[in-house]
Amino acid sequence: MDLILPEFGLLFWMALVFICLLFVLTKFIWKPILSSVNEREQKISESLELAVKTQAEMKAMQAANENLLKEAKAERDAIVKDAKETATKMIEDAKVVAKSEAEKVISAARQAIETEKGAAIAELKTQVAAFSIEIAEKIVRGELSSDDKQKALAEKLATDINLN
Amino acid sequence: MTHIMAPKKIMKSLILALFAIFLVHFANASSSAGQHEGKSEEKEFDVNGMIMHHIKDAHEWHLWGPEHGGTSIYLPIILIDGGLKTFSSSHFYHGSIVAVKDHKTGLDVEFIAGAGPAEGYGLFHEKIYKLNEGKLSIEDGHVHGNIKVLDFSITKNVLSLFFGAIFILIIMSSVARFYKKNGAVAPKGLAKFLEPLIVMVRDDVAKSNIGEHKYKKYVPYLLTIFFFIFFNNLLGLVPILPGGANLTGNISITLFLAICTLVVTLASSNKNYWKHIFATPGVPVALLPIMIPIELVGILTKPFALMIRLFANMTAGHIIVLALVSIIFINKNAAWGALSVPMALFISVLELLVAFLQAYLFAMLSALFIGGAVEESHH
Amino acid sequence: MYGSIAAIGAGLAVLGAGLGIGRIGGSAMDAIARQPEASGKITTTMIIAAALIEGVALFGVVVGLLGGAK
Repeated sequence: MDLILPEFGLLFWMALVFICLLFVLTKFIWKPILSSVNEREQKISESLELAVKTQAEMKAMQAANENLLKEAKAERDAIVKDAKETATKMIEDAKVVAKSEAEKVISAARQAIETEKGAAIAELKTQVAAFSIEIAEKIVRGELSSDDKQKALAEKLATDINLN
Repeated sequence: MTHIMAPKKIMKSLILALFAIFLVHFANASSSAGQHEGKSEEKEFDVNGMIMHHIKDAHEWHLWGPEHGGTSIYLPIILIDGGLKTFSSSHFYHGSIVAVKDHKTGLDVEFIAGAGPAEGYGLFHEKIYKLNEGKLSIEDGHVHGNIKVLDFSITKNVLSLFFGAIFILIIMSSVARFYKKNGAVAPKGLAKFLEPLIVMVRDDVAKSNIGEHKYKKYVPYLLTIFFFIFFNNLLGLVPILPGGANLTGNISITLFLAICTLVVTLASSNKNYWKHIFATPGVPVALLPIMIPIELVGILTKPFALMIRLFANMTAGHIIVLALVSIIFINKNAAWGALSVPMALFISVLELLVAFLQAYLFAMLSALFIGGAVEESHH
Repeated sequence: MYGSIAAIGAGLAVLGAGLGIGRIGGSAMDAIARQPEASGKITTTMIIAAALIEGVALFGVVVGLLGGAK
């Protein structure tokens, strides 16, 4: 039975020791330990927050960079396209000018050729006429050497004229 | 490397030597008991008596050898009996064993009559009584008629209490010094081992049971309770000198701890707590005459259960280990050690778990009760 | 004689506590298997419930001790 009956003396010593222990531990030991543990935890959580923030900032910066790059690319593309267009236009224009010029030259040449040709033909015609008159003179001389022949020719010419 | 190893080696051999001495004396004690057996045949090995002797408080710290006449440390006795009287308990243990007849059962009962400065006092079951003409009158195993003196002696448990408090102070102050010196850095050494426990008490015990806003005030109390019980439980498992007392398995100690929790609970109780006791919400008025006494008793049964739980757990653990070791002496054959030693070892390892678990539970349930007392109504 | 009756009483107390703690452990395992992420909370609650039952069993042990030690 005395196993579960509290002993007054022991109770007294226990009260003394425990209250002293509670006081000393609370004042000199738990306080610094808990405060530094808390401080460290705060530090860790702050650092974590900072890390998350920095990460977000990095991401934002990266996105901005990408945007900038994209814009630059688009601008470059536009410039290149413009240049290409201008070039083709210039080529086209040059082509058109050249064509018209060439046509002009060709038509001028043709005209010149025509005139030359006309001149040549006219020359030829006069030459041929001169030749034929000469030939005709010769033939006529030959033909008109006798009366008979003069008579026949006259007749023939007469028929020819009639025919004409 | 060798100069670092050397102290470790010395420590190791020292511990081994101590253990060997302990074993040899234990064996001697049993063999001398055996010889005694040969002389008076009917004297059996008294398991019950041995176990009760070990789990109860004593005025000596018995180291080895037979119960009377073995080697012990005699602790000072402090009595208040018409003034303060202090003397060594050796005056009892070296006093004379007197046998008186039990008035009821008629059996012979032995008590120790003090000698020298202890003259006039008798030690019966480790309690000090004033003798009437050198005699104790005993009825049915209990003392009747003799005055029990106010005994403030430094008993085995009181000394163990001092040891425990000193251990806690030394270890915890070294941890605190680490933090003071290094500030808020990652813990090293002892702090690394103890910090998880401290954080566990703060977060799992205090914060989750008392509540986010109010727990801070109670953390020092819960930490003190936890480490006091934990360290003393572990100290109780050590079989040699600084340990060996069944401190946390003593009803006075657990009673005081339970009273502390009760006081803290009542001191921090708010209106809502008392409202729940005297006018439990949702209970019809007709039932209140039954509910109020139940709730009032409930205030006391909670710490009472705390007291009994710790006391019975630690005492039961000590009893089981001692009973298993006793198998050898009951059978008077060392070969039984092959059975009893592994079993005792198993129980001892289990007791390590129990030592932690009981400390955790005491702190946890204390926090739960405090949490119930400071809870605001949220209906 | 007192001792043996007390031993029977302690044995009965242990029987009840064993059943109770066994059920708690089983249910806690079920719960953890269903919700492994809540295992910490379940374990804490389980230990508290087991301790409460163990407390009742220990009342039996104490009564047994009283009977045994007289």
